[in-house]
Amino acid sequence: MSRPIIEVSGLSKRYALGEIGFSSFREETQRWINRWRGRESESDKAAATEREFWALRDVSFSINPGEVIGIIGRNGAGKSTLLKILSRITEPTSGEAVLRGRVASLLEVGTGFHPELSGQENIFLNGAILGMKRPEIAAKFDEIVAFAEIEKFIDTPVKRYSSGMYVKLAFAVAAHLEPEILIIDEVLAVGDAQFQRKCIGRMQTIANSEGRTVLFVSHAMTTIRRLCQRCIVLEGGRLRGVYPSEEAIEHYNRDVGATELDVETDALPRAWGSTGEEARLIRIQAGDGRGLFFGEPLSLTFTVRVRSPIDAGMIGIAFNTVEGSRVMTLDSDASGKTLRLAPGLHTVTLSLPSLPLSPGRYYCHAAIGQGQHMCDVIDNFALWEIHAGGRNDWESDRAFGGCRLRASVTHQVIAL
Amino acid sequence: MNQPEPIELRIRARSGWLWLDWRGLVAYRDLIVLLVRRDFVSKYKQTILGPAWAVVTPIVTAVVFGFVFGRVLRVPTDGVPPSLFYLCGLLGWNYFNQTLTGTSNTLRGNYAIFSKVYFPRLVTPLATALSNLAAVGVQLLTLGLVYAAALVSTPALAARPTWWVLALPLLFLHLAILALGGGLLLSAVTAKYRDFQHVAPFLLNLLMYVTPVIYPMSQIPEKWRWLAAINPVAPVIEAFRAVLLGTASFDPAYYALSLAVSAAVLLVGVGYYQRLARDFVDYA
Repeated sequence: MSRPIIEVSGLSKRYALGEIGFSSFREETQRWINRWRGRESESDKAAATEREFWALRDVSFSINPGEVIGIIGRNGAGKSTLLKILSRITEPTSGEAVLRGRVASLLEVGTGFHPELSGQENIFLNGAILGMKRPEIAAKFDEIVAFAEIEKFIDTPVKRYSSGMYVKLAFAVAAHLEPEILIIDEVLAVGDAQFQRKCIGRMQTIANSEGRTVLFVSHAMTTIRRLCQRCIVLEGGRLRGVYPSEEAIEHYNRDVGATELDVETDALPRAWGSTGEEARLIRIQAGDGRGLFFGEPLSLTFTVRVRSPIDAGMIGIAFNTVEGSRVMTLDSDASGKTLRLAPGLHTVTLSLPSLPLSPGRYYCHAAIGQGQHMCDVIDNFALWEIHAGGRNDWESDRAFGGCRLRASVTHQVIAL
Repeated sequence: MNQPEPIELRIRARSGWLWLDWRGLVAYRDLIVLLVRRDFVSKYKQTILGPAWAVVTPIVTAVVFGFVFGRVLRVPTDGVPPSLFYLCGLLGWNYFNQTLTGTSNTLRGNYAIFSKVYFPRLVTPLATALSNLAAVGVQLLTLGLVYAAALVSTPALAARPTWWVLALPLLFLHLAILALGGGLLLSAVTAKYRDFQHVAPFLLNLLMYVTPVIYPMSQIPEKWRWLAAINPVAPVIEAFRAVLLGTASFDPAYYALSLAVSAAVLLVGVGYYQRLARDFVDYA
């Protein structure tokens, strides 16, 4: 085999937390003056190292041409930082990466789309932003339009597109890039279910038959399993190893070891652009702490700090399998009753007479919202293990499907 | 299919200031063209007057200047009809002003794109500098019409363009260099220290008054003229009038100084901008 197409050696990236971005000119000047007078105080120095954070530390690996590699790791493991460095969006603090070939990276679909421009103009603009030359785009134009299924609207400004059309067009442009190295963040999850299947199919074509090298970051283990031969497993900014996908997924699942049933959620990162300003989930507890068992009663208690009053609120929790499929959602307003929460501290409890999830591990996501507006969304706040029910749990032993509900049964004899 | 040349890209921490990705800029020339087009289309789409706005603003400004400075304050205009005098000064000044203002927000204004895609970071400011030339074209046309009108009403008009008119593109290039340098410098400083976002508009406001846009250089007492001329925009604006109206005093020494200052500003601006652009997404 020829030389590796990607060689990464000793790649590190240090962030200075909150130091530069928020410092005003005055503080910085003050620091300069102090340093110049040789009076850099010990506390200044200590504070500087304390605020240091290594998003990536000494990561090395190499990838051969034509490989499709997954990058997995829990939140904050350094996946995005690695992608950003390899896409040249930011520079490493030390170390080196050598990429032998044309690189295109897709950290987002539709970057640079301009609402006033027509679909056609945006295809060209977005293609050029992603690094395609004009003749390349022109040659692929019909294919892109057909893939996006927007033939009729090609001359309409994209601000009049539905969000679905917009995203389809954006993905279509990206999907027709032809670099030697393609770097993709979890942008696959776009459009409706049918279009998503089409996207994944397209990714498979790109990855397999066209002999391209692909780096792919995802939390969706199903997709990783389908697309990638090997995976880079990152943990806390360090490389844990590069393993064949199945093994890597096992490592990953073990790394993200099951969480306790009492989770402090105040400090966790928020998702979907929610801030948790108006209302914030600060603690989530499951059951009495004894463990979660299939078929047994479930109670989930959410502690919420409310800042501004909420009159038609809901609290929800969702369970995803480790492969990334959502198998169960519980929303407090499903029975039509909304929550009225005054500023202050509250607990809200959701209960089920019998936990229907098959034994296994589930990623849990929680949210507080008001109508369509999400006040606070936390993805992956826990990985909870659900055990087989006690006593004679023959039900979950059947082990098929994500959920096992107890239907009411009516039996009638028609003839004997 | 033609075989692409073998590419090897090394990503590592760099420390130099003056590293410029020329090949990258050439490779992304299509993007520059498309961005220019986008700027133009998005600026005038859904406006009733469209590109005519590029005419309306300088004309209205010239009329107001003519009233305030010509009639009320009686600032002389070197014997040139005031409307021509102001339009001519504004032609250069507006281009400088718009390009500097436009590029001074490059980093923060493009954060959404810069944090998701790599392309040479100079592509966007270059596109801004180029797309502002569209307005210049329209304004030149207006100036021509106003000049023709002035010629019809006063056939003995002293103001005559010289053959140096052909050097006009070079004057715009000079302004572009200065505006890009200043704009990129401001853009980089603003990305780091928010305080500076208030500086650009304020600075430009002041700069216009110390630049001979609304008055001729000859109005400044001899003793102080060097002070006005070290402002690098001043000799260029004067040069615009010298070339287009054949009247203003044009001092090659000051012009050469301005050229040197502009080149230095561009060098520092591009250097600092490139340096900051390398990892500004980390803390913006």
